[in-house]
Amino acid sequence: MNSQSDKRVSVRTARAAAGAALLAVIAGACGVSTTDTTPEPSSGGYGGNITVLAAASLTETFTQIGKTFEADNPNAKVTFSFAASSALAEQIDSGAPADVFASASTKNMDTVVQAGHAADPTVFATNVLTIAVPAANPGKVTGLDSLTSRNVKTALCQPQVPCGVVAAEVATNAKVDITPVTLEPDVKSVLSKVTLGEVDAGLVYVTDARAAGDKVREIAIPAKFNASTDYPIATLKDSQNTDTAQGFVDAVLSDEGQKVLTEAGFGTP
Amino acid sequence: MARPTTLRPAERARRAAGGGQRSAPGVILVPALIALAFLLIPLGGLIIRAPWTHAWEILTRDDALDALRLSLWTTTLATGISIVLGVPLAWLLARTDLPGLRWVRALVTLPLVLPPVVGGVALLLAFGRNGLLGRYLDQWFGITLPFTPAAVIMAQTFVAMPFLIITVEGALRSADAGYEEAAATLGAGRLTVFRRVTLPLLAPSLIAGAVLCWARALGEFGATITFAGSFPGRTQTMPISVYYALESDPDAAILLSLVMLLVSVLVLVGLRDRWLRVGASS
Amino acid sequence: MNAGLDVQAVVRRGDFDLDIDVHAAPGEVLGVLGPNGSGKSTLLQAVAGLVPVAGGRIAVDGQVLDDAESGRFVEVAARPVGYVFQDYRLFPHLSVRDNVAFAPRARGAKRSLARQVAQSWLDRLGLGQFADRRPQDLSGGQAQRVALARALAGEPALLLLDEPLAALDARTRLEVQAELKRHLAEFAGPSLLVTHDPLEALVLADRLVVLEEGRAVQRGTPAEVARRPATAYVAALVGLNLYAGQAAGDHVELDGGGRFVVPDHGQVGSVLVALRPSAVVVGRHRLDEASVRNVWPARVRGLSLLADRVRLDVVGRPSALVDVTPAAVAELGIAVGQEVWLSAKALDLEVYPR
Repeated sequence: MNSQSDKRVSVRTARAAAGAALLAVIAGACGVSTTDTTPEPSSGGYGGNITVLAAASLTETFTQIGKTFEADNPNAKVTFSFAASSALAEQIDSGAPADVFASASTKNMDTVVQAGHAADPTVFATNVLTIAVPAANPGKVTGLDSLTSRNVKTALCQPQVPCGVVAAEVATNAKVDITPVTLEPDVKSVLSKVTLGEVDAGLVYVTDARAAGDKVREIAIPAKFNASTDYPIATLKDSQNTDTAQGFVDAVLSDEGQKVLTEAGFGTP
Repeated sequence: MARPTTLRPAERARRAAGGGQRSAPGVILVPALIALAFLLIPLGGLIIRAPWTHAWEILTRDDALDALRLSLWTTTLATGISIVLGVPLAWLLARTDLPGLRWVRALVTLPLVLPPVVGGVALLLAFGRNGLLGRYLDQWFGITLPFTPAAVIMAQTFVAMPFLIITVEGALRSADAGYEEAAATLGAGRLTVFRRVTLPLLAPSLIAGAVLCWARALGEFGATITFAGSFPGRTQTMPISVYYALESDPDAAILLSLVMLLVSVLVLVGLRDRWLRVGASS
Repeated sequence: MNAGLDVQAVVRRGDFDLDIDVHAAPGEVLGVLGPNGSGKSTLLQAVAGLVPVAGGRIAVDGQVLDDAESGRFVEVAARPVGYVFQDYRLFPHLSVRDNVAFAPRARGAKRSLARQVAQSWLDRLGLGQFADRRPQDLSGGQAQRVALARALAGEPALLLLDEPLAALDARTRLEVQAELKRHLAEFAGPSLLVTHDPLEALVLADRLVVLEEGRAVQRGTPAEVARRPATAYVAALVGLNLYAGQAAGDHVELDGGGRFVVPDHGQVGSVLVALRPSAVVVGRHRLDEASVRNVWPARVRGLSLLADRVRLDVVGRPSALVDVTPAAVAELGIAVGQEVWLSAKALDLEVYPR
């Protein structure tokens, strides 16, 4: 079982790397940097390396919070692995060495807690969906109703991953029958299909649409149909560095951390 | 002084019959066994962890069957395309002296070492709706390739065809051109020579290449999910299905993996004789 | 229009070039004899169209196949030639019947007709019962005959045979040779038979051309070539001592030293003298006999046993190969380093212009 999960982790990594390469090709700029080696004098007392497994939708915000955390604690180093929460939960279940888990849904966190890998998660943010379309809006998408047309190519998340779960809720709320052309492994994959113009629309979190800048346009989903998802965070039982892990969780929950999240479009719990 | 050992009758007979050494020194035996274990234990893990009690129920579910069916027909088509296009290219590489052929050969083998996801990105940039060629396919003919089974086949062909090309090219290179000369003196034009002499003589290598190509296409994941996306029954092949199932339904993932294992083993065993003959002659 | 094969061509292969002028009449078997690398196979390949000529032309029955000047070139497949390769090159994936049917099929015959044609050729060559076998299940002699049948089934105007018997063991070779001679005699067009085996050339060919280093060094009937070799190579092939010298009526001053008294036919100038090894008499003492005009001392350098005689390699002025019986070796006590006297009758010396 272990060798299997290792294989999966490496697939993840390869995909993440290629995803980054793809975004770089599109954006002409490198998106993600997870470490900052510049030593800065600080009063922070945390040290050592921690690994944070976080939902794909947290890529930008957590990277930023991580940098600040490292700046405040020069002896600490935070390494992120961003992927679909369901995939991360599966990795934790298979024994992936990590210290903190931040999920895009309570469901995946519950799985981890029930398996005894974590306890007492705290919800630190909420998120709602939006329709992301390429800047030129080739599908002339005006709202959820547009997504029922066969002529509009829509990308959704896999039904297993949180953004897929929320998308299904939204579709139920609005009583629309969305016919996607692809079910992507995580929300960032949906977004990249939109930024590449390969699909006409994708249901993503508002935060992701915002992070993509002017390469995508947002078509808002009316509040009465929209559904939200809670983002819980917890330290993991198997952490080798629980102090620093808790320090990072605190940093996310701190006013400064919350400010980064709200600026990115997350809701406060 | 040489120290005598005992040689039992059975061992005497075996050595007399020209058999090789029976005992292997530890320096060879230990790493060899570790290598074997490393290859076999994960497969054992699959078999032991498989939920045999409700295996049938899981495997006959529509999504599992859809993925299997899709994988089988796309893989077979990709292999067919690889043969139709790859054999002539292999012939060109092996038998002609065109300028720049060395570079072509290097480029052809590139997908062998390229991470498949990168191949998927490249395919997207070439044949995607906004891609180099895909743009015109869309504008002129209204054809968009991504998210269709065609895209699955393209992704599989992209990563798997080089296996066929290098196998066949190697065979063509080492093949005796004398038979082709003989055929020509008997009045056969170049096409007839190719069809009636080159190809049949190539058959064992062609089959070996096709099997390799088919197996690679069956396992293809990265390029497929990047270029063709994933939708059950249309573009969600077995490997993608396994990958997703692992998150939601590990039992199903294990069983689907076993099915792929079984299909691969069946194909390899079915063609083993030819396979080994090719291996021995090359 | 010129019936038969006409080759007057230069063929280049890397540093080597073949410059040759040969003609073979319909029904004639022209033997091409020469050492390895002399250009024998190149000649066949040029005639078959496997290599183009660099100069000159090749024509069969007046039809130009290759002409460097006009650029005309008939592709291999369109040439009316039947080629029997040294290694036969029978297609391993086809049955014997389909091998022989290959040419009729390639020239457009329906499969059933082609197979009929093939079967009749196989029957004619006594191979009828092997039709369903694979080539790899045939003996060497059978494979050779199938290769011939395959070449003939294309009804060629010209037959090319490249060392057709070289791959056979000695005993089979004699059998197949006799049969091949019969089939070649039945073939109406010219045949070009490449070989490095003098016996094969003597038995099978009507005329010979000897190639050395890409040039024809001798032409003639097998009997002429065997009796009067033009070069050391041919002399060695046919097992003769050959000497070059200057003739002056009743004697020849040899270029390598020494002198022969010969029958006076009034010859003068550069000549070759051929002498059979068995015509030389060896003795421990000088032979004084009026009829023997050539007597000279020499020393034995080597001995080798041939089938029923011993060949002595004797150094003197001139040196010679001498055949004696094993009994004579014993009686005379001949050993390496032994001083001996050689003698040869003038009548046994074949003198001819160089």
